[in-house]
Amino acid sequence: MAAIEMKNIVKKYGDGFPAVNDVSLDVADGEFMILVGPSGCGKSTLLRMVVGLEDITSGDMVIGGVRVNDKAPRERNLSMVFQNYALYPHLTVFENIAFPLRLAKMDDGEVRRRVNEAADVLELHEHLERKPANLSGGQRQRVAMGRAIVRQAEAFLFDEPLSNLDAKLRGQMRTEISRLQRRLGITTVYVTHDQTEAMTLGDRVCVLRKGKIQQVASPRELYEQPVNLFVAGFIGSPPMNFLPATVDGARLTTPFGTIDLDERRAAAVAGRDLLLVGIRPEYFEDASLVDEAKRPVGTVFRARVDVTEWLGDQQYAYIPYEAPDAIRTQLRDLSKELDAEELRTQAIVSIDSTSRIREGRDADFWLDTRKVHVFDPHTGENLTRDAQAGAELTRMATEDRLEQVGEARERSAGAQTGGAQNGGAQAGGARSGSSRVGAP
Amino acid sequence: MSSKEKTWWIVAGVAIVVYALFPVAWIVSLSFKAPGDLANGQFLPTTPTDENYSTIFTGAGADLFLPALRNSFGICLIATFISCLLAMFAAYAIARLDFPGKKLILGTALGVAIFPVISIVTPLFNLWRNIGLYDTWPGLIIPYLSLTLPISIWTMSAFFREIPWEMEQAAQVDGATTWQAFRKVIVPLAAPGVFTTAIIAFFIAWNDFVYGISLTSTSAARPVPAALGLFSGASQFEDPTGAIAAAAVIVTIPVVALVLLFQRRIVAGLTNGAVKG
Repeated sequence: MAAIEMKNIVKKYGDGFPAVNDVSLDVADGEFMILVGPSGCGKSTLLRMVVGLEDITSGDMVIGGVRVNDKAPRERNLSMVFQNYALYPHLTVFENIAFPLRLAKMDDGEVRRRVNEAADVLELHEHLERKPANLSGGQRQRVAMGRAIVRQAEAFLFDEPLSNLDAKLRGQMRTEISRLQRRLGITTVYVTHDQTEAMTLGDRVCVLRKGKIQQVASPRELYEQPVNLFVAGFIGSPPMNFLPATVDGARLTTPFGTIDLDERRAAAVAGRDLLLVGIRPEYFEDASLVDEAKRPVGTVFRARVDVTEWLGDQQYAYIPYEAPDAIRTQLRDLSKELDAEELRTQAIVSIDSTSRIREGRDADFWLDTRKVHVFDPHTGENLTRDAQAGAELTRMATEDRLEQVGEARERSAGAQTGGAQNGGAQAGGARSGSSRVGAP
Repeated sequence: MSSKEKTWWIVAGVAIVVYALFPVAWIVSLSFKAPGDLANGQFLPTTPTDENYSTIFTGAGADLFLPALRNSFGICLIATFISCLLAMFAAYAIARLDFPGKKLILGTALGVAIFPVISIVTPLFNLWRNIGLYDTWPGLIIPYLSLTLPISIWTMSAFFREIPWEMEQAAQVDGATTWQAFRKVIVPLAAPGVFTTAIIAFFIAWNDFVYGISLTSTSAARPVPAALGLFSGASQFEDPTGAIAAAAVIVTIPVVALVLLFQRRIVAGLTNGAVKG
């Protein structure tokens, strides 16, 4: 187990195109780090440089205090789960998992013991003698993980391991990976383009765009204090709404009425004219359902609803709005970059599922203005980001993690009688605790 | 498929099989005919006889045929083995590595394959006599390599390209050296391709006539196709047709046996389940 440090890592391909551009990132010992971004942002390339399958053009890759730039993959002692699993089709599941141990010339009894241990954790016992071709997608995925955990690697690397599974299985495997990582307390770097995976799995998340790091922070900080338009738009589903706004003192005028800013945010936007206001869907509510006590912290506006989507536990309303041309192209470019295709400027609003607001009618909405962010439309910079509050969120997440890793190490150092079930239950408990602690 | 369509498929299939196998059947029937029957124009021999077979195995033809059979087997197996081994490394490099001159190698291989054999056999005859390779096994193995290598490289590189890169990368991350990854992962996965290539290479070497007749003079190295051409009748007015037919049937047997034996190995699809498919 080791920390991974990347210092000014650059990857240029033959044509001089920098796939990864000056990335510096520290992954602490035992930390679960997520690399996330739209396709082509360089996240997989970065991971492959960590494991040694891709040459590093310049910069230092340090694993466990040793510079590994010139080391072959097999000398780095990392284990990796590939997107397509890359199981050896001519070997049984047992031999697939045992493969790294056989290469290390481990004696037979030890190999058997280790493979059985891994099979216990991943519940693969009844499949050990089968060939990968006869397994289902989820089982293959588990075999690939078994091959990764069977030896004492310095770190785990995952390259979009769940993208080939169907939605239901993906959810199950996600919790499985999280449980496993907590239990083993091993440094993990995980590449994904799925932001649900990024938010739920990561201790910290590194958002990449065109080979450059945008922000590295806990999921909560990314969500509440994004540094720029890109991060704000990428994290969250449905995505954050961006409304054009003009500023007049501490008051913003948007298509959905005026928003009064507090002193700190007013100072940050002073002296600008056209701005973008970022509002998460859940900051809105059906005005008729808002508590009287909460009402004063927001504003109420009237708008025509285009479409509503009722999902049982939630309801979304789509409200079209007019935007100046400059803003419109800006937003279109952004959505294109985020692998989305936004055809019209509309706000997605989350309202209570009991709301009686219907399509095609005018309705009153309430907007919570406390957590609204204001962005510079040209640079994309978040003008109202509260760095201190953000850092505090990430600090709390880090404390959480240290506690959990400590527990995991104690557990593995102490009696190893707990077994998979017990360890899993404890890790699960710790995780649900983390979301409580992090709440502001 | 409608029943009408089905009938057409069956009719067409039978027609093709008959068209392809009729000459073979004729040769088999010919090999069982007595000398007097040979030109009677009937498909079945009037009185089947094994006279022709005893001629080539124990009779007058034995001196010519048996050593030739041994030569053919030895030379073709060695040539196939060497060609597969070399082609495996070459194809791996072509499929996996990016090096200058890759296109040139593939192009040259194809060029060699389409180069007419007859145009190099005369210079080769002179050269072989001068350096002492004439009428020896190596003297045939080397030209056979030039026939089998190009096609082996082409087929095998196609097979290697099918194997996902990740297999090898996974092996390297698991702690294998490049050589170990090749031996423990790539070679087993490429086995069907290697067998297919080996069979094709063996056929090519086995069927060669021009090199066999030109570069040998005695039974020290003469292969079967060349020996068949040298069969003579009992007298100068008699054709050795029956004996040739019998020998032709005998040399067909190893080829058929080889295909039946490795049929199951040739069937691709071993890579199923390696990656999400």
